[in-house]
Amino acid sequence: MLITVTINGKKYTDEIAPDMVLLDYLRQKGCYSVKRGCETSNCGLCTVHLDGKPILSCSYLAARADGHSVTTLEGLQEEAAEFGAFLADQGGEQCGFCSPGFIMNVLAMVRELKDPTEAEIQEYLSGNLCRCTGYQSQLRAVKNYLAHKQEVQS
Amino acid sequence: MFTAQQYVKAATLQEAYELNQKRNNAIVGGGCWMKMNRRRYQTLIDLSGLGLDKIEKTPEEFVLGAMVTLRQLETSLELKEAFGNGFYEITRHIVGVQFRNCATLGGSLVSRFGFSDILTFLMALDCQVELAHAGLVSLEEYAKMPYDNDVLAKVHIAVNGRRAAYESLRQSATDIPVLTCAASVLNGTLRVVVGARPMRAVALEFSFPETDEALAEICRQVEETVQFGSNLRGSKEYRCRMAGVLCRRAVCSLKEGTSC
Repeated sequence: MLITVTINGKKYTDEIAPDMVLLDYLRQKGCYSVKRGCETSNCGLCTVHLDGKPILSCSYLAARADGHSVTTLEGLQEEAAEFGAFLADQGGEQCGFCSPGFIMNVLAMVRELKDPTEAEIQEYLSGNLCRCTGYQSQLRAVKNYLAHKQEVQS
Repeated sequence: MFTAQQYVKAATLQEAYELNQKRNNAIVGGGCWMKMNRRRYQTLIDLSGLGLDKIEKTPEEFVLGAMVTLRQLETSLELKEAFGNGFYEITRHIVGVQFRNCATLGGSLVSRFGFSDILTFLMALDCQVELAHAGLVSLEEYAKMPYDNDVLAKVHIAVNGRRAAYESLRQSATDIPVLTCAASVLNGTLRVVVGARPMRAVALEFSFPETDEALAEICRQVEETVQFGSNLRGSKEYRCRMAGVLCRRAVCSLKEGTSC
């Protein structure tokens, strides 16, 4: 079947299999930041933004993305690098495997929530599993990043 | 992961219903649970072109489309205004924001998962499902029905002043619940719904208890009347004991006015 999807600002039209998930389609288009982790819709590693909202690309059929706009880490390199530096400062990036999905969800949270509390941050990011950090370094990194963004704005 | 030969974005509800009559065809809700099976489908039916992704409010009721996502339920200001934190409470534990942006209300209800937070809470409200063929059916009745080939299009929730509270017991954050319990009150009648037994949710009705003794008696009846089972998350005995506890907590929050 034929679909037209905008990926990181560029429009693509392709013939795809009806049962292809968005993750495989995006990787086919060279977006290798999008990875398969748990394959049970639980780990958040495959997170991309669909029309600005974070979704699990391992569970979302590519056919349903027809006519929509998808953003991957490749399309947000500047912001990802900025937050990545805060993550590295806190030792929040260890094996690094979960980072692409985690960063995509942090960037979605920054767009959606205004001045979130610690509980709101934890709740928003609870769908991103990390088996290295225990989440404390990541939480510090997110808080520092949010404080920095506020400082820059004011 | 399942496989499929064809993908049809239904143009009408009737088309979706007709396609769904074939055994090898299936409707895709959010696809989050469906992807876990390995079935070979002929045609996947997509309802996302039918405008069923809206939360609509009239003076008498809320009408929720089957394709409304769990995240929409969680963040809807209109639902919050009408039902307090109820919809937030039943969705916030479900995996993560990304998952809830995919999973749909229709998918959750059609599956009638035993562990469903959504089914438990909605059964405590005055709720009907609108099916393409069978028309309006009360959710309580729908929860008892076997799986069939009808298409769930919308969910109607009466706005009648019913107050509801929700409690769940989990072994860890974002896990499937060990037990769920919703309580609601309207005109002096208390409805208690117990889910994740681990079977599908069931509802019971009582006069609203005015005294501690009456509440204790209701909790005892819940423990004795509702059937429980054992699975990896908890034993039958544990669930039975905790059902009384969750029922007490839910009813107390209704009494204290801190209900959802």
